[in-house]
Amino acid sequence: MKIRPLVILPLVFVFALFALFGYALLSGVDPKEVPSALTGKALPGFQLASLQDENTVITREEIIGEPMLMNIWATWCSSCKYEHPVLNALSADGVKIIGINYKDERDLALKWLQDYADPYALDIYDPNGDLGFDLGVTGAPETFFIDSKGQVQYRYQGPITHEIWQQSLKAIYDEMV
Amino acid sequence: MKWFKYLLVVSVSLFSFLPLSSYAADELLVFESEEQRLRYVDLTFQLRCPKCQNQNVADSNAPISEDIREKTYQLIKEGYSDQEIIDFMIERYTEFVIYKPQMSLVTVWLWVLPGLVLLGGLAALIYLTRSRKQVDEESLTDEERERLNSILKDDA
Repeated sequence: MKIRPLVILPLVFVFALFALFGYALLSGVDPKEVPSALTGKALPGFQLASLQDENTVITREEIIGEPMLMNIWATWCSSCKYEHPVLNALSADGVKIIGINYKDERDLALKWLQDYADPYALDIYDPNGDLGFDLGVTGAPETFFIDSKGQVQYRYQGPITHEIWQQSLKAIYDEMV
Repeated sequence: MKWFKYLLVVSVSLFSFLPLSSYAADELLVFESEEQRLRYVDLTFQLRCPKCQNQNVADSNAPISEDIREKTYQLIKEGYSDQEIIDFMIERYTEFVIYKPQMSLVTVWLWVLPGLVLLGGLAALIYLTRSRKQVDEESLTDEERERLNSILKDDA
C-alpha cells in the first residue's frame, strides 16, 4: 500500500506539538516564576509615611536620583530574616537600599531594625501593601533594582544570598552605577 | 437494603459540605446591585493568584489573593469596567494574572489555529475520499469488469 503524504501530516503535527511541550518541560521553565510587569518601566509614584516617623511623608521624587535597591520586607517573613545579614553587608559595601516595610506593624518593624541593624538608607512604612500592589509584589522578600532615572531594571523574588549576589545580581547592580 | 439507605444518607450529607470549600475565603462584601456582585464573582474567578500553583484568586487564601480581591471590589465600586480592572491587574502582575488570554498578535493563533486545523482536516478528508473513489473506478480493466459482471450474474 502506498502511503499518502497527507496521511502523515497529522502525525507530523502531533510530533511537532510533543517536541514543543517537551522543550518547555525540559528547558527548565519555572511555572512559579512570574515575570515583573515593571521591568524597564518607571517606578510608580507613592506617598507613604516613614517607618521611624509617621508624620514624615516620603514620595517617589524624593528617593529617585541614584542607583539603588528597593527591598520589600516584613517581620512576619522568615526568609527576610535569612536575607537580612546579606543586606547589612551590601549596605556596608556602599549599596544604597531603600526598605519598604510591607504589611507589617510599626513597633515590630522598629524592634527588628534595632535587633538586627538597619541596612536601609530610608525606611518606608507600607502597612496596607499599597506600594507593594503597584509594584506587583506577590510576597516578601522582593528586591527591585532602580537606576538613577527611577526606572526599574530588574526584580528579584526571594531572599538574596551572597552566592546569588556574586553570580548574577552584582552585575545587574554594577551596570546601573 | 437498609445499609444502602444509610450509606446514601451519609454520603449525601458528606457531599453537602463540599461546596463550602470551593470558596476558600468569603469576605463579607456589600454591593450596590446584584449585577456588581456577579461581576465580582466572575472577575475573581478569572483572575489567577500570582503566588499559587494554578489557583484563581476567589479560591485562594494567599495574602496577595486577598489583596487582589479587595482591589477588584474597590475598583468595581469606583465604576471601573471589567476590561479596565483586568488591564489594571495586568499592568501590575502581567498577563500571568489572567486565565483567559487577551487578544493580541501573539495570542491570536489560539483562536485561528483550531479553525485552520479543522478546515485542513476536512480538506484532507475530502481529498482522500475523492481520490480513492477515482482510483477504484479506474483500476478495473475491461477484462476485469467483464469478469466482475459475470460473477455478479452468477451470484444472482
